[in-house]
Amino acid sequence: MAGYIVRRVLQAIPVLLGTTFLIYFMVFAMPGDPIVGLFGEKTPPPAVLEQLRERYNLDQPFIIQYFIFLGNIFRGDLGVSFSGQPVVEILAQTFPVTLRLAFLSTVFLMVGGIAAGLVSGLRKGGIFDASALVVSLIFISLPIFVVGFVGQFVFGIQLGWFRTTVGSGAPWSDLVLPAIVLATGSFAQIVRLTRASVIETESQDFVRTAASKGLSRNRIVPVHILRNSLIPVVTYLGVDFGVLMVGAVVTEGIFNVPGVGRTVYQAIIRGENPTVVAFVTVMVLIYLVVNLLIDLFYAVLDPRIRYAK
Amino acid sequence: MTEIVNGTDVQQATTSTDERPILEIKNLEVGFHTQDGVVKAVDGVNITLYRGQSLAIVGESGSGKSTTAHAIINLLPGTGHISGGQILLDGQDLTKASKKDMEAVRGRKIGFVPQDPMSNLNPVWSIGFQVEEAIKANGIATGRKDVKKRAIEVLNQAGLADADRRLRQFPHQFSGGMRQRVLIGMGLAADPQLLIADEPTSALDVTVQRVILDHLESLTRELGTTLLFITHDLGLAAERAEQLVVMYKGKVVESGPSVQILQNPQHPYTQRLVAAAPSLASRRIQSSASISEAESSMQSDAASAAGEAIDLIATAEARVEALAEAASAAPAIIVEDLTKVFKIRGSGEFTAVDKVSFQIPKGTTMALVGESGSGKSTVAKMLLKLEEATSGKIVVGGHDLASVTGKELFHLRSRMQPVFQDPYGSLNPLRNIGNTISEPLSTHKFGTSASRRARVFELLDQVSLPRTLVGRYPNELSGGQRQRIAIARALALKPEIVVLDEAVSALDVLVQAQILRLLADLQSELGLTYLFITHDLAVVRVIADNVCVMQQGRIVESATTDEVFDNPQEQYTRDLLAAIPGAGIELGA
Repeated sequence: MAGYIVRRVLQAIPVLLGTTFLIYFMVFAMPGDPIVGLFGEKTPPPAVLEQLRERYNLDQPFIIQYFIFLGNIFRGDLGVSFSGQPVVEILAQTFPVTLRLAFLSTVFLMVGGIAAGLVSGLRKGGIFDASALVVSLIFISLPIFVVGFVGQFVFGIQLGWFRTTVGSGAPWSDLVLPAIVLATGSFAQIVRLTRASVIETESQDFVRTAASKGLSRNRIVPVHILRNSLIPVVTYLGVDFGVLMVGAVVTEGIFNVPGVGRTVYQAIIRGENPTVVAFVTVMVLIYLVVNLLIDLFYAVLDPRIRYAK
Repeated sequence: MTEIVNGTDVQQATTSTDERPILEIKNLEVGFHTQDGVVKAVDGVNITLYRGQSLAIVGESGSGKSTTAHAIINLLPGTGHISGGQILLDGQDLTKASKKDMEAVRGRKIGFVPQDPMSNLNPVWSIGFQVEEAIKANGIATGRKDVKKRAIEVLNQAGLADADRRLRQFPHQFSGGMRQRVLIGMGLAADPQLLIADEPTSALDVTVQRVILDHLESLTRELGTTLLFITHDLGLAAERAEQLVVMYKGKVVESGPSVQILQNPQHPYTQRLVAAAPSLASRRIQSSASISEAESSMQSDAASAAGEAIDLIATAEARVEALAEAASAAPAIIVEDLTKVFKIRGSGEFTAVDKVSFQIPKGTTMALVGESGSGKSTVAKMLLKLEEATSGKIVVGGHDLASVTGKELFHLRSRMQPVFQDPYGSLNPLRNIGNTISEPLSTHKFGTSASRRARVFELLDQVSLPRTLVGRYPNELSGGQRQRIAIARALALKPEIVVLDEAVSALDVLVQAQILRLLADLQSELGLTYLFITHDLAVVRVIADNVCVMQQGRIVESATTDEVFDNPQEQYTRDLLAAIPGAGIELGA
């Protein structure tokens, strides 16, 4: 197991190098001088411009800038935003919020999606199954910002169940509606995947054998059907984590959640290059860590993988 | 074990012995809903089974034998349902039993041993867990310690000596034979009165099969369990069961005492089944082509040949002559000291093939026999150059395979074609039959598209399939038809050598007989050389001229087929021969 983790961490290094390089390249290769943009209509004195350029290493060739950036990251220095605030500080403020949002959303996704998929699969062709398929098709077809605005309007304004925007400090209760909206993006996929997986597992020989041993249905479903069906679903959750992060950018924008997504969004709009690069790098890192965790969990679910190494 | 049987059961057992059958199936009908309405898979089946007896249901796949078994425990797949008749277990009609009643019957009263040991254990739970839950569900023991003790006992009984050590292992860490023992243990965990074993050993090697069946037999006798046994192998059924029920297309065509049915089959289907069973056959198939050739030559040359009797003996003699001729010519394949070593991560090396040497004379059949893991398929792969040899030499038609590369290898491939075991997996489901057969032709740029088309028709004729199949897809064909397609594809490039890797192992006995005959005909017609790889010695007898027996990567015995069968030199060969089911049964015919 330890060897496996080490191997996976080593694999992450080229991935991280590649992605940061691409992000860095895209952000800094964009036309226009970000420093000039900072001053708006004012014309800064050349000396100030020069000093700022030097501070953000913009006077260096692109590749040198990238290596300086990499070196700083290794020292834990994510740089300073154009507004003068250290990026690490911004991260510390926004990350807990997004973490809470992602956690809530994943819980809704797992509990709701897997339960709905399980019932659908076990009662294939029934009313629940048919409606779950229709509803999930609607969610697949709708972009997340539509779901977000409709949810905000119906549950926040019309019904008044939730606050339409998230207050300062982002308390858990304020995050429920955004988390549900964020979950809808992948909810449909989880339902469908679980359903298909349950149907396939149910037709497996070992399920019939379990019944032939005299086990009751109440035991067969969780022990022999659900656990086996979860294997592909868990794999999908790992892949889908990226979708969740993209969704977080949109959802946090709509509900004004002071999290990572909204910060990245605003940083892109304002041309806050150091912030964008640092945040995206951290997001890539989290994506890699989450996928490693999921692969480890996968081994917990499936002993064949555990012992194959 | 008897202390588990409670008082009432004992009383019932003593009062009803031999009077009332333990299982009585009356006019059972099982239907499946399909798009074209209800299809009857079992149609009016009657079976009576008395306590302590053993009964075998025999039939080819699709005959409804497994469906009957599943109907008894009410675990029919998909849309299957009992549409008529009665299943009386000790007088209780199971077709009218509630869900809860059925749960009580399963495991406790009727044990079930399923067919495929590879797919019938849940891969994500340990062996111990799966045995223990059967014990707990049937209330055989309570409390963790007692349940565990009983699980170990059950597995020991089923022939797993080191059960206590292996409880925490997972199914994939067990061999097929071991898994089957676990399944037998699970089936017997709650001491059922009736045990249904659905092809319990079809997926296993022949020697393992024998050990498991011996064990099952002594175990059921010891425990007084009544055994209902399902198999496609007539020899096996006759050897293992007192009573035989032969099923065909959902109906019982013949039933009665095993020996009587085998020696004096009444129904035409049973007669064909007995005739086709390779385990009961005793001599090599003589090509019908050579017989008809001989016949036609007699007709054309009537005057001089009038006195000559044309019979099997003559063709057998012709075969001997052909063999003698072949022996003097250069062999088609020479294999010398062939070795293959696989590197295994963590645990060093594994020698799959160890200094194997043999020669195959042109136009003859060499059978490479052995159990799974003996290295026989690896030899085939190296011969086809799908796998590189670690050391040793393979000479095919005068070319040393090691030195052949690129274009030369490409040409050599066309002279050496494979047919694989699984007729379902070896055809691309998205390509129609015509395309499948002509693919090697277009790959090797053979002729024009018109001549390729003509060749496809010719090949279909050769394998006795209608030309109309050209536009059909593999899923529309039966297993036997698919294997004929695979053979036609292998023959497309007019190869000299065909490597048949378990080419008939997945087929029903009647289909198997057809394919074997086809292979014999094609051989005499086209002068083909066969390397025939199989685990089934019964098949070897009817197809091969020479036999090499492989064990753990080495050839332990190598001789002509007759020598191997009449006078086996090695203990291992004798074990293999003894394990052929039904070999000791005298046929009436």
